[in-house]
This record gives sequence, C-alpha cells and structure tokens, in this order.
Amino acid sequence: MTALLKLSGVSSFYGAIQALKSVDLEVHEGEIVTLIGANGAGKSTLMMTVCGNPRARAGSIRYDGQEIAALPTFEIMRRRIAQSPEGRRVFARMTVFENLQMGAEVAGNPDTRTTMDEVFALFPRLSERSAQRAGTLSGGEQQMVAIGRALMSRPRLLLLDEPSLGLAPLMVRQIFAAIRDLNRRTGLTVLLVEQNAFQALRLAHRGYVLVNGAITMAGTGAELLARPEIRAAYLEGG
Amino acid sequence: MKPAFRDAFLSALVALGLFGTMIGLVTTTSPTGLTLRYRPEAVAIAVAVVFAGRLLFHLWHARHRPAPKAANAARIEMLRRGGKILAPALLVVAAILPLIAGRYYLDLGILVMTYVMLGWGLNIVVGLAGLLDLGYVAFYAVGAYTYSILSTTYGLGFWTCLPVAGLMACGFGVLLGFPVLRLRGDYLAIVTLAFGEIIRVVITNWVSLTGGPNGIAGIPRPTLFGLRFDMSGGPGTFAGFFGIEPNVTQRVAFLYYVIFALALLTNWVTLRLRRLPLGRAWEALREDEVACRSLGINVTNTKLTAFAIGAMFGGFAGAFFATRQAFVSPESFTFIESAIVLAIVVLGGLGSQLGVALAALIMIGGFEVFRDLQEYRMLVFGLALVLIMILRPRGLISGRTPSVALGTPKLIPTEQLPEAAA
Repeated sequence: MTALLKLSGVSSFYGAIQALKSVDLEVHEGEIVTLIGANGAGKSTLMMTVCGNPRARAGSIRYDGQEIAALPTFEIMRRRIAQSPEGRRVFARMTVFENLQMGAEVAGNPDTRTTMDEVFALFPRLSERSAQRAGTLSGGEQQMVAIGRALMSRPRLLLLDEPSLGLAPLMVRQIFAAIRDLNRRTGLTVLLVEQNAFQALRLAHRGYVLVNGAITMAGTGAELLARPEIRAAYLEGG
Repeated sequence: MKPAFRDAFLSALVALGLFGTMIGLVTTTSPTGLTLRYRPEAVAIAVAVVFAGRLLFHLWHARHRPAPKAANAARIEMLRRGGKILAPALLVVAAILPLIAGRYYLDLGILVMTYVMLGWGLNIVVGLAGLLDLGYVAFYAVGAYTYSILSTTYGLGFWTCLPVAGLMACGFGVLLGFPVLRLRGDYLAIVTLAFGEIIRVVITNWVSLTGGPNGIAGIPRPTLFGLRFDMSGGPGTFAGFFGIEPNVTQRVAFLYYVIFALALLTNWVTLRLRRLPLGRAWEALREDEVACRSLGINVTNTKLTAFAIGAMFGGFAGAFFATRQAFVSPESFTFIESAIVLAIVVLGGLGSQLGVALAALIMIGGFEVFRDLQEYRMLVFGLALVLIMILRPRGLISGRTPSVALGTPKLIPTEQLPEAAA
C-alpha cells in the first residue's frame, strides 16, 4: 500500500513556540487514521499544517506522491483534500444549502446535485433543514453541515478535526457511524483528530498518539486500545 | 415599578452631575471681564427631562415584551410581503420623479441617489465581504479627481472618463487591499481610515495636479449622445436638437437619470454577483475566514476583488459628483462622508440592497427635511440614528435572502441567531 499522505520530519511553529517536533505520519489510501492526544498536544496544529496554515518550517508533506508543504492553503485544498475544521465553523447566516454549495464550488465539482443527494442520504436531517440558516441549527446538526460541506468537494482525503466536540453521546455515535459508513462504501480516506480516544480508536484502522508535539506511539486501533499506558492516560473514566 | 423609579432617579443624578456645570454655568462678558452666571432652572428642566424619559423608557419596555412566536412569524410574513411591494414601488417613484417633482426635490433626488449608489458600492465591501472600510470616500475622491483632471486638461467627455474613473478607483482599491489582507475588524478599520485621510491629504498638497485646496473648477457637464444641455438652445444642444425651449430642469432631470442608471447598474451587478461563486465566497468570507480557507477559497483574491469592485462603484459615483458640481475640492472628501455612507450601510442592514436604499433616503432626505431646525439638525440626526439602532439593532432590513434554495426560500428571523462572532 502506498501512502496517500506522508509526513516526514514535520516541524511547525507559532512564532517562537514549536508546536510540532519532527512528526512522521502516514495515511494510506482507504484507511481511517486517528490522532489522539491531550489538550495542547498539537493535534489540530498537525491538521492545520497539512493544510498549509501554519506552514511546516521543516520536513516534507507528500500527498499523492507530490510535495505540498510549500503550496498556499487554497491550492492544497483544491487537490481533493477536504477539511472539517475544529469548532465546525459553519457559515452561520447562510442556509444549509448554501453552506453545502460553498463546499462544492471551489473544488470545481460539476455534479453538485448528486453529491448533495449523497450528503442528504448520509445526514437526512440536513435535507429537512436545507433552507434553514446554519447558525440556527443545533451543535450536532452544525457538525453534520461541516462534514457534509467537506464532502461536497468529493475528497479523496477527509480531515476531521474533533467532530465529537461538544456533542451528546448519541450524536457522537451517529457522526462516527456516518464516517465508518462512508469509508466502507466509498473507500474515503480519513484522518481523524479526536479527544474522544476510545470511540476514535475503535473506529480507526490505525492510530497515532501525540504528546507535546511529538508522536510517542503508533499502531492499529485495537493495539493502542489494549496498551495499558493509553488506557491510563486517555481512557480512564471515558 | 420601584426599580424603574430607582433607575430613573439614578439617571437623574448622573444628569445633574453632567448638566450642573455644562448647562448650569454660563460665562458672560461684563465690564470687569468674564463673570459666571447661574441657571438653576435650566438644569432643573434638563434633569426632569432625563428622569421622565428614563421612566417612560422603562414603562415602554415593560409593555413591549418580546412578541410570542406566532405573532412574530406573522410579522415577518407581513414584512416580507411589504418588502415585495415596497421595492418596486420605490423604483417606480424614482423612475418618474423628474416628471412629478420640482427643481428642489429633483436636486435632493440626485443627492439621495448618489448616496444610494455609494451605499450599494460600500455594501459590497462591508455588507457582503464583511471588511469594515472607513475610508470609502477615498475612492469617491479618486473617481471625482480622475474625471476632473482628464476633462479639464485633455478635454475628454464624461462618458469617456467614466470607465477610466472606475478603473482608477478599482486600482486604488487593490492598492488598499494588499497591505490590509491580513487584517480584520478594528485593525482593518483603522488602516482604511488612514487610507482615506492619505488620499485627501495628497489631493490637498499636490497643487500642480489637483489645484490643492482651491480645487478644480469648470468641469464640463455630461452630454446625451453628444448633445449639450446649455441655455443657448442652438444646434448641438439638447433643446436645439428637439426644437424645444431650453430649460435648466432638462439638465437636472438628465443628471438625475444618469445617477439613477448608475445606481441601478450597481444594484444589478451586486445582485448578479451574489448568485455567482464570487459573491457567495464574499458572504462566506464575512461569516468565517478559516472555514473559507479550508474549503479551498483563495481568500486573497476574494478580498481584493471585493475591495476593487466596491471601489469601482465609488469611482463611478465620484465622477458623477464631479460633473454635477462642476467643481471639486478636497473639502468634499472628508471622513464624515465615509462615516455617512457607512452609517447608511449599517442602518440599512448589512448586505440588504433595499435596506441601504431606504437608509439613504431617510438619512440624506431626512437631513434635508430638518433644515429648518438649523443648528439642532445634527442633534436630531444623531438622536434618530441612536433610536433606530436601539429599535432595530441589525439595521432596517436584517433578514438575508438566500442566494440559492431548494424549493421556496424560508425567511428566518435574525433574532433567532446567536450573535455573530466578529
């Protein structure tokens, strides 16, 4: 299997503060890979660095065999990488329909309607609410909008930043089921950043553990779940 | 009731503190120099007014609890219907104004229409793209001076210069856009404010090009397909060509229709753009810049086009201003102009075309109506602004019509929205 996304020796900084320390990470085609870690470990930074914001100051990021670390963000996102950013960030005053359309427009997806029908099939709730302003939806529904919007560009690689943030457990299960379903049916590759380590590791094929900006452990989801230090650090009580 | 009285009493105390010196003491000249005169009765009146006003405010609030949802929905429906009739009605009145109104109202119409156009132009930058621009008058000035200089130096006509003025302003829009790409909100506002001042100061001091504080006079009027509007009535003039009596009203009516057409062009372009990917990208940018990036939108280009296109319409309006006044000087392009245009956009409801037109009508037209109040005009004007913003904090027309929809669009009151984060 070749890696769809391969980070080698990636370091990135916020000003003088080093947020990522020589990170190596691979995501293969058709895989769900999860990245877990505590608050401030650098999970979101890693995801944003893949998107070129902030730029990686050292190391290489290869996507589909091409170096993308030096490209501007919008160029990266046009290569069928889609991101559902942390905190959802839906366009509050625009309708659900417009939000979804925004996802398709830039990627130059000509068949918006079919893709949107697929998103509606995945999240039937969105089709009921398509004319409603995204800002009036509940948190879980907004998360669906954010994921649906990312899917509208028909991505090969989907970057999901904390989709479970602030959601009720039932909603989290729904969202995770949708991710699994997408991956099985369409072979969509997913890189998932999560605090909710237990659910994320159960969902993922493989996982990485990030501590203070460096990868400390890697393995299959089941392996990581079985490790006592993971259980102690991330799963106790969860 | 009791807290209302207590609050009114406290307000009255504050008023006493403020007005005690501001109103209560007057300096008068007397043979021995300046002496102080006391006016306790004036202070008493002011304090009483504050007390009563505060009390009435509380009573009014107690009576106007938020309406129940059903009534609210009905009100929205009514507003929507009203809006549907109001816009065409305004348009018809605007179109036939020269036929029904006298010289004074026509001049006022031209003024209002200029501000409608400026408001619509700035609406692209502030209302749609969400970039707070306090220096919009700079583009107005660039357009005005471009036409003035080209026409007085090279003898070019209005219609030749109009696109040039637009392009010049457009270029200045990009020029402003580049340094402020990374700025948002307050920081952006400060830089645009400075930009507006820089343009004005340059115009004032570059005497060889702009005439400095003396301005440029003798700017030619526009022609209708080469027909001039002057009073000689000979061949080559409008009156001579059609064989009618020359009349000043003809020229004024013509100017009115020119600005009317320019304003409609602005509106049409904005409405078209809103339905295109670019317009939607502007609105998305206003909502969330990070999300825009993550969707692969080139934020740089999106911002620059917003600045450029907004500036272009400002430039058109400027060229029109120059040709109407036949005289330009830096005094016409002070910060207050930017502030008025911005107030029109905010008052109208950011992003709403009809709202901006209404706000321009109220602000500019209303300002003229209160002319008899003389120096109190500014006071009434300011009070009206404050009142409108208290009663309708999101502007006169705060509902946003979706640019695309499955089936029939449904309007959702903005009151249900969480406050948008800056």
